[in-house]
Formats: sequence, C-alpha cells, structure tokens
Amino acid sequence: MLDDFFIRALVAGIGLAITVGPLGCFVIWRRMAYFGDTMAHSALLGVALSLLFDLNLMLSVFLVAAGVSLLLLLLHRRGALSTDALLGILSHSTLSIGLVLVAFMSWVRIDLIGFLFGDILAVSRADIDLVWGGGILVLFAIIYLWRPLLASTVNHELAEAEGLQPQRARLFFMLLMALVIAIAMKIVGILLITSLLIIPAATARRFASSPEIMAVLASLIGVLAVTGGLFGSLHFDTPSGPSIVVAALGLFVLSLIPFGRRAAGGAMTHPTSGGQH
Amino acid sequence: MSLIRPSDHKLSDQKPLVVLKNAGVRRNGRWLVRGVEFSIGRGEIVTLIGPNGSGKSTTAKAAIGVLKPDEGWVERQPGLKVGYVPQKLAIDWTLPLTVERLMTLTGPLKAGEIADALSATGISHLARAEVQHLSGGEFQRALLARAVARKPDLLVLDEPVQGVDFTGEIALYDLIKSIRNRTGCGILLISHDLHMVMAATDTVICLNSHVCCRGTPQAVSQSPEYLKLFGSRAAKTLAVYSHDHDHTHLPDGRVLHADGSITDHCHPDDGHHHGDRADEGGDLDHSHGPDCGCGHHSRLQGFDTKERDRA
Repeated sequence: MLDDFFIRALVAGIGLAITVGPLGCFVIWRRMAYFGDTMAHSALLGVALSLLFDLNLMLSVFLVAAGVSLLLLLLHRRGALSTDALLGILSHSTLSIGLVLVAFMSWVRIDLIGFLFGDILAVSRADIDLVWGGGILVLFAIIYLWRPLLASTVNHELAEAEGLQPQRARLFFMLLMALVIAIAMKIVGILLITSLLIIPAATARRFASSPEIMAVLASLIGVLAVTGGLFGSLHFDTPSGPSIVVAALGLFVLSLIPFGRRAAGGAMTHPTSGGQH
Repeated sequence: MSLIRPSDHKLSDQKPLVVLKNAGVRRNGRWLVRGVEFSIGRGEIVTLIGPNGSGKSTTAKAAIGVLKPDEGWVERQPGLKVGYVPQKLAIDWTLPLTVERLMTLTGPLKAGEIADALSATGISHLARAEVQHLSGGEFQRALLARAVARKPDLLVLDEPVQGVDFTGEIALYDLIKSIRNRTGCGILLISHDLHMVMAATDTVICLNSHVCCRGTPQAVSQSPEYLKLFGSRAAKTLAVYSHDHDHTHLPDGRVLHADGSITDHCHPDDGHHHGDRADEGGDLDHSHGPDCGCGHHSRLQGFDTKERDRA
C-alpha cells in the first residue's frame, strides 16, 4: 500500500506542517489570515512570471509574494484605503493577472488545478530537500525572531519603546511567509495554503497555556492533519490537498467538543475568535 | 514586601534621562503637538495633563523614541532602559498569555525578579491567570508589574489608572510613588483625569497641542492658562492627592503595616496608622473612619463631600 510516491508525499507534508505551525500561530494572533491569503493568491502571478521569463518557479513565487507584502505595507502607509479593501484588491487582482497571463501563453500547457489545489503526490526527492531545508531555515528564523515578534503582536509601540525593533521583525516575518508560500504551493496549492497555516493553530489554541506551547501543538496537529489527509486521500481516491484541509478541519471540530471540566467556556466559542476563520 | 533594586547598569546621574527641546510632531499636515520642552531626571515624576487630542501620548512617544520629532529634538541618555505601559493594549483572545509569561515579554527575567514585581503590585496570586481574564485594575497592575520588573531607568505610564475605580486609582498612584522611591527611576505619567494629579509629581505639564502651563501641581491649578483651558470649574476640583501609605492589603485579606506587623483588619487607633491626607490646594487632615475595614472608604466620602461643597 505504501508506494514510493506516497512516502515522499508524507515526508514532504510532515516537513511542511512542522514549519507552518509557529507561523500560523502568528497569523491568527496578529489577525493576518486575509493577509496570508493575499500573499498566497499572488503566487499564481509568480507562476505565470516564471513561465514567461523562464525563471525558477519557487524563486519567482517567493519574489512576487514578498513584493506584494511590501506593496501592501507601502499602500497601507499612505492610508487611502482600509487594509481589508487593499487586501481584497491585491488578492484577487494578482490571482487574475496570473490566470490571464497563463491564458496568453498559448505555447505552454500548465496544470492549473495542480497549482491551485496542490499535487503532493508528485513531489520529487528535490522537492523534499527544499521543503525540509527551507523549513529548518524558517524554524530557526522564527526562534530567533520569537521575542520581538511576540512582543509586537501584543503591542507594537511597547516593543519599539523597549528596544526590540519590531519593524525589522515584521519585515522578516513577511519574508518567511513568502518563503513558506513558495514551499507549500506544490503541496497544498495556492488556494489552500492559508488553511494549513490557520486551522492547526486555531485547533491548538484550546490546549495551549503559553504561546510557545501553542506553536509546538500547532505543528503537531498539522502533522496529524497531513498524515490523516494523505491516508484518506489514498483510501477514498480524493484530491490530496483538499483531503489534508478536510482532515485539519476534522481535528478542529473535535477540539470544539466539550470534555471534562476544562471545557467550561469553550476555547473557540469566544466572540473575538473562532468564527472568523 | 520584597524590594525592587535599582538598575544594575549605570547611567550618568547628573544629566537628565530625557530632554525634549522645542519638539514637535506633525501628521497629515497638522501639528499634533509643537514646541514641547521638558526634561526628566532620575527620581523625578513628570505628569502630562490635557484634554483629549492635546498630544499627551504623542509627546510621550516622542520622548521614548517611538515617534521621531519633525521639529526640535529629543535627547535620551545612551543605553536608557525604558519601561512602557501603553494607553491602549488589547491582547487578542487567541494568544494564550499568563501574567507570568507577560512579565518576560520584552526581555528575560529571573524568577525572583518576576515574583518581586508581582508582589510589589499586589498581584502575586494572579501569576498563573490568563491576562484576558483579568479585571481592568488587575490588568493595569500586571502591565505596571511588567514595566517595573525590567528595572527601567525611565518608566512611561500612559493613563495607568484607566478602567480603575477611585479607590484603585489611589492605590495605583501610591504604588507608582513607592516604585519611584525604591528604584529611583524617572517617571513620565500621563493623566486624562484633570481632577486628579499625584501630589508626588514634581512637575505638571499642561498640554493643549503646546505647553500651556507648567509647574508644581499646586501652581498649575492656580495658573490663568490652566483656568482658561479647563474652566474655573475644573480648577476648583483639581484635587492634588497626597497619601502617606502606611499599610497594604494583602491578597488574603490581612493587612501588612508599615512597621512590618500583620493584622486581620486595619483599625485607625491601633497605633499602626499615621494618618492619610487628601489635599485640595490647602491641607486637610483626614483619618480613617471607625469602620475602615475596607480601606479608604471613609476618606473617599470625605473627598466627595468636599467637592460638593466647592461646586
């Protein structure tokens, strides 16, 4: 039952899940879910540009995602439109420009569905090296940036006043997000990357008593979701990316079920969380 | 109560911690505040008061380097360690954060330092509580504990008594004063409450997009600029609070007295008390009532009556 391609998919998926756990926590703490979505959608523009100019696919996706996040920062600073309107504009326009560009390039045939929803069963040895290599880099960077990132999540000015340079930490965080999107695109696809960031982290919230524990739990829950999703996809012959997301959702729903005395108040029933994503 | 020791590192004792010279901050073509001049030295308490939008927070942020002045300059001693309690701080519910973890948010601390800061602010019993579950007053104390625990040279408190009732407000002001006395740090305090200014304040600076008047709390309450800005009604009720705190209510309900003894209740005539005062321009002797088990109730009533009489 465990073919070679399946083992490769499992190894790559687990590597990705471990990487995105801590990052996903920051995405929900900082209420950046839509922001992550926008960066992910811009990946398709990256794909189109890589085909057009014959660039390395991951590099191109990374550059476009990073560029979009910087552009958003600049537009936001000008303060003409609210952040969510800007996000909406950038998110769907980059996706659409990508699709239009791809349609113009009649000489290339690409597997659009593969990019949008992921093709984890097609990962190669080289992909695995990239996922794990990039993942370890991202994890070390997050550990290094942990204190300034967490402090500025609580309050930007507080972090600034006490000398933690939150601006720099935020810039690096954006670059890490872009890197993760470039890595994750092949595995869960452009449209589903944010769910892999958010759902395990949201599931971890209920069981976590500190930010650090929540980050580790998010990684572990992500590993469970990837494993469950891939086995489910093999068993029911369903697309792998969506199956992983469904498995993650299943774990999230399980975490909502009250049990024992700790259930009082229900972690995810609080009005300021849960319902959003 | 254990003591918080002064900073380990040495800054110059002669020079002020922060100096603002003709500082101004401009946003969207409008001066939020302009021509601000003041300095804060070691052990000094400076209070900024003024109406909403008068540039108090902006001035404080310029003083600690969060905002760069567009005009004039701000000079901080190199290596100045700041402890900051921002005006608005909402912690997202998705972030699991206990009071204990909050303490080490911006830098590592030893367990003993955390315990000291928590006991100094009277919230040792809340160390394991999630910050989202704290009441307004408890949360302000937790933020204060966090800022104090890092042993700053300069403590900047942006409306530290917001969301705190009158009794709690007095207790917090007492706490701020005792922190200054023990650590010798400079304190920049922002108050939106015109009626209440700490008596321990060395300088009150009254802002309204510019420095409108300054001086000791008594002098400011009498100054014509202050009367013009806030009206004579406000000046009449500017209460300068001074309080010789001689006992502390422990979390378990017992009372710790200045002489180190602990009793179940505080009684005015048991020899532990040396009297509290509430000043309003002049002096008024005031002592605890006979049923002061609750702390400051009787003094509070006296305060209200007096305000009513003036009005």
